[in-house]
Amino acid sequence: MKISLPFVLITASLAGLCQPAAAQIDLSGTWVGTGQEGELLLGDFTGIPYNAAGRARGYSYSQSQLSEPERVCLFYTQTQLFNGPFGLKISKQTAPGSDKVISWTLGGWEDRAPMIIWVDGRPQPSKNAPHERTGYTTGHWEGDTLVSYTTHMKAGYLRRNGSPHSDQATMTMHFLRHADLLILAAEFDDPVYLTEPLYWSRSFRATRNAVEMLDGPCIQGDEGVPEGAVPHYLPGKNPFVDEMNRVFHIPVIASQGGAETMYPEFRKKIKDTFVPVERCLTCGGRGGPPAPPAAPPAPGAPAPPR
Amino acid sequence: MTKSTLHHIPRTLQCRQLLVLAATLAAIQVQALAQGPPGAPGRGGPAQPAVPPLVRPPRPVDLTGYWVSVVTTADWRLRMVPPPKGDFAAVRMTPAAIKLASAWDPAMDEAAGEQCKAYGAAGIMHIPGRLHITQKDEKTLQVDLDAGTQTRLFHLGDWKAPAGEATLQGESLAQWDTSGTGGLKVVTNRMKPGYLRRNGVPYSGNAVLTEYFDLVRQPAGDQWLILTTVLEDPANLVQPYTDSIQFRKQANGAGWDPTPCSAKW
Repeated sequence: MKISLPFVLITASLAGLCQPAAAQIDLSGTWVGTGQEGELLLGDFTGIPYNAAGRARGYSYSQSQLSEPERVCLFYTQTQLFNGPFGLKISKQTAPGSDKVISWTLGGWEDRAPMIIWVDGRPQPSKNAPHERTGYTTGHWEGDTLVSYTTHMKAGYLRRNGSPHSDQATMTMHFLRHADLLILAAEFDDPVYLTEPLYWSRSFRATRNAVEMLDGPCIQGDEGVPEGAVPHYLPGKNPFVDEMNRVFHIPVIASQGGAETMYPEFRKKIKDTFVPVERCLTCGGRGGPPAPPAAPPAPGAPAPPR
Repeated sequence: MTKSTLHHIPRTLQCRQLLVLAATLAAIQVQALAQGPPGAPGRGGPAQPAVPPLVRPPRPVDLTGYWVSVVTTADWRLRMVPPPKGDFAAVRMTPAAIKLASAWDPAMDEAAGEQCKAYGAAGIMHIPGRLHITQKDEKTLQVDLDAGTQTRLFHLGDWKAPAGEATLQGESLAQWDTSGTGGLKVVTNRMKPGYLRRNGVPYSGNAVLTEYFDLVRQPAGDQWLILTTVLEDPANLVQPYTDSIQFRKQANGAGWDPTPCSAKW
């Protein structure tokens, strides 16, 4: 039996148009992060398009802030999807009595609250609505790509080393799926601390293994910082400003960040003065040469990044 | 009628109407088939040419143009400057690979004329620089890279690699991902052994590189190329190496700066 071409085209087009309004592909499951590990040092703002205010705020940060009683159990903001150590657990929620997907949830970690992406067409909240660590996220599908938009975050960190973002920041993410790979690509805008948008991408791989990302509730305890004290560094007093230089010979003009550090031309700027480190002493990769025993921390020294 | 014009119609109503229309068309078609095809013997009409097979080329995204690397993540120090010897962060290597990489000597590579080992297909995309993607012909995309002044060719369709020795950029077969993001999937093999990272992390001649080129447009209006790489090489990697990096589209070739390979920078 021969089917005519116009018939096939028309009916296929109609069938194609009659698709669910919400999810085009299924994102639900457990995903482990791939690549982009590495030593993260205090004072490493490389590739972040900071303005002077962002840089100053970053250099005022002391890692000991995480030992303040009110911050022991502090959640990071959703930026940690790109810079945190964990994978993803994604689930979908449907409307009662319906198969219609109304939201996708990116499960939380020990120190990152879940992200709920509302895809039911609800608007963003008022500009005056409270800001939360989770932020508020809406989404829609563009073909097979989920696009989300996050606002109303509290001020937080871009990386786990005190590199700041403000509570005016917004994040747009694209969820791209290729078989068992999921790629998140984001534009991060922060009119307070960045001179231009920051872009990230990160890949995840589907797994059937049980991946635990929560380890029970955080219990607030005394970590040595007295109540009311806020560990910090005054301008020009941060001893970690040149940490990247000490460990990796990366000059401060690179580690302090700035838009120019994102682009290839910046390599020319440091090429003539850069002296490669002879051998890695703090390798993060499995099988790397063993690191020398760590020296005991000096009294009063801040805790390493966690 | 397009999806966009249907956007404001209630979805349930829209589907019902479309299904009724599709069913009506199907009924008409079945009736026509019962009468026999046009030009069939006994129907009296002149013989018609056979209906051509329904082969529509997938609608590709447009990757052509100039693209610049944008390095914003904590692996900056692994990409923007030569990483230290022995820094294997994020790469799960076999003991044999660790031994090879631990013996890496850039001076020796240069003396041996092997200064391009980090500029092979599996390593070069991570070296900050610019891409210039052009449509070489109907079935070939050409990717020129200013870092190391290299060229990669992505062959679309039923292309078969010619016999011959392995090359730095290998042989790349590409296909449009019509069922997913609409991007380009490229599988490369027959590469000469090279470096995944500029500090001597090795890949072998049996490595297989799979890449996904996806386009996204961000709110600021910029168009971005998201490149996801999966390198499989059991001789050197205990699990595939996977990561994603990004390039921003440029209006022109500003900044295009072909440079030779270097084992030390």
